[in-house]
Amino acid sequence: MYKLLLCTRYLRTRYIALASIISVTLGVATMIVVNSVMAGFGSEMRDRIKGILADIVVETNTLDGVDGYLAHKALIEKVAGGYIAGMTPTVEIYGMLSFQYAGQWVTRPVTLIGIDPESKAEVGPLVDYLQSYQPEREDGKVIRPAERTRDVKPGWALTESAAKYRREWAERQRWFLEQLREEQAQHQGLSERPTGNAAASGNPFDEDLPADDLMLEPTEPGALLPGRIYIGAGLISYLDEDEATGKPRTIMTARPGDDVKISTVTAGRPPEPAHFNATIVDVFKSGMSEYDSSLIFCNLEYLQQIRGMVQPVSGDRAITSIQIKLKDYRDADEVVDRLRAAFPPGMYTIRTWEQKQGPLLAAVDVESAILNVLLFLIITVAGFGILAIFFMIVVEKTRDIGILKALGASSRGVMSIFLSYGLSLGLVGSGAGTIAGLLFVAYINEIETLITKLTGHKVFDERIYYFPSIPTHVNPWMVAWVSFGAIVIAVLASILPARRAAALQPVRALRYE
Amino acid sequence: MTATLVPQMQTSRESIVLPPPQLSAVAIEKAYRKGSHQVPVLRGVDITLRKGELVSIIGQSGSGKSTLLHLIGLLDTPDVGEVLLDGQRIDDLPARTRDEIRNRVFGFVFQFYHLLPELNLMENVLSPLMIRHSVWSYWQRRREFQDRAKEILQKVGLSHRLTHRPSELSGGEMQRAAIARSLVARPDVLLADEPTGNLDAGTGQEIIDLLHKLNDQEQLTILMVTHDPLIAEQAHRTVKLCEGRIQLVKEAA
Repeated sequence: MYKLLLCTRYLRTRYIALASIISVTLGVATMIVVNSVMAGFGSEMRDRIKGILADIVVETNTLDGVDGYLAHKALIEKVAGGYIAGMTPTVEIYGMLSFQYAGQWVTRPVTLIGIDPESKAEVGPLVDYLQSYQPEREDGKVIRPAERTRDVKPGWALTESAAKYRREWAERQRWFLEQLREEQAQHQGLSERPTGNAAASGNPFDEDLPADDLMLEPTEPGALLPGRIYIGAGLISYLDEDEATGKPRTIMTARPGDDVKISTVTAGRPPEPAHFNATIVDVFKSGMSEYDSSLIFCNLEYLQQIRGMVQPVSGDRAITSIQIKLKDYRDADEVVDRLRAAFPPGMYTIRTWEQKQGPLLAAVDVESAILNVLLFLIITVAGFGILAIFFMIVVEKTRDIGILKALGASSRGVMSIFLSYGLSLGLVGSGAGTIAGLLFVAYINEIETLITKLTGHKVFDERIYYFPSIPTHVNPWMVAWVSFGAIVIAVLASILPARRAAALQPVRALRYE
Repeated sequence: MTATLVPQMQTSRESIVLPPPQLSAVAIEKAYRKGSHQVPVLRGVDITLRKGELVSIIGQSGSGKSTLLHLIGLLDTPDVGEVLLDGQRIDDLPARTRDEIRNRVFGFVFQFYHLLPELNLMENVLSPLMIRHSVWSYWQRRREFQDRAKEILQKVGLSHRLTHRPSELSGGEMQRAAIARSLVARPDVLLADEPTGNLDAGTGQEIIDLLHKLNDQEQLTILMVTHDPLIAEQAHRTVKLCEGRIQLVKEAA
């Protein structure tokens, strides 16, 4: 009984001990905040990678691809049909993107992925990334509702506003051309070519065209080219600071409805260069800057045609990879094993998205593990603080310990006073730390704004991270382990002083005056 | 020595029946280590207490009187010799048992009161009972214990100070509280180590009167260490210690 009473009394009257556990509190709070933010970044990143990649990817080892998607599909379904929720064929190839902006040609290296939007949307959250499905936001407020609702399946058509923009653009171009021709006609006295002849046929590549302008000219105002793409937002935009307000704003260098040039290589040996023009149908933004600034999704059939992946006789089309979505991702290893057994070795690489992104994910894991070790060392340091202060308290309480022993308290009783004192300090410290940490995590964006305002220096730069706000993810187990660890450290730190207190001879303790 | 000791309380002179000794120390020797050499404090001391006796030990500083008290009260173990309680040797018992005996048999009163500063007066008085009982059994019987503590505090004249902290009390009040604390566990023997040593003469006399009252009314055996001959004289028996040996045993008039 006296242990409990004295322990709570000491807790209430020894402020110096409370000061010593502030370091525990801070350590616990820091660990929770850091872990939550890292987990937030990690899970956002994983979501985004997974969104682009799908659960399991079956890749051919050659960029030339293999024929017979349907046969592959049938084989996959036969082997692991029960686990699979969706599948989509893709063709992946490197390429070069060129488009005109402000009178200059901008060229970027890209990865071209031929997809079938409908089945791709079944495999991953494609729709979440396409801009026509997202409301446009500015400063957190919706300034334009989404142009498409989610029940519209993604396809290769322009949205109404983009189509309107394209029609106007075509109209303007035609008008310029006519002006030009009139001038020419006046110059030469006669009109040599009828208008519109240049783009009369379906494929502009078959034509011997005099100029880029003419090549881009569609058959009718607003008609789209056969090559259609979803372009990564990072390829056609850059962030700039508004000079007046200092706010970051996105500047688009191309938009849906514009045409771009794409260069790539054909399948076959040796690969030949291939060029085509394509219309931007939509912009996608996954949030992974690596993807957003390098990926272009193209319509699969056209890409296969351009790359010569269509068998002239059978009409069979080659693919380079198949993306598979599982009903339950926990079965991934099982499915990968089955597929590896079913497909001939050496020709295919079959991996889960995690394996495919292994080094990146492992790097993140190692980083957070190291950080945790370092932060836990901080709490351990706090433990030594408790140790020192407890020794002081034991020395200060020598007389009281003697009295308690004279009154019949056992050594174990005296020891348990200090052990439970350490335990309750640990409880208070880690409890306060947990609350502080969770509050910090909950209001992290408000805190970030405040710090930015106070220091005038942007703490969290959207331009670097592609997140509108700091992502956090609180793992209850992590919180439990951190606070438990802190309590254990506080108890461990109190063992030595408690043993010392227990070993005190009552006479010697009472002698000091 | 024992043959001459007829306790004062045993007033019926007709039947000279000696009650058996309640507590005795036999041939106690104790030395403290100071650096490399031993400093002998007690060099063979015998002392016997009978039920209801009030014995005082007197001697100069360093004569070993406090040490003797501590050894009898099991706060320390003798190098040589035995401490007997009702004829049973108690000084060589295991630590847990000795703790238990300290709690149940002995009540301690110290020169510097030694109240716990974090607890109020009531809690200080109750602390031996808290030590004796587990949380659960204490909680069940707390009313009974509190009533007992109040009764005892009333007896020592402190019933108006129940919730005060020791730092808010005067020396005399603190010593009375310490006596109340030693009594709450209903001890058989009260061991008082210079109970008046830190008090002025008037207050000291009050404390001595209180001890006498307890001895008279409750037949409480009291062993008191003092260096004040005036106070020592009031005891039934006075034992004088000098350089670790008993020099003189004086019966009260």
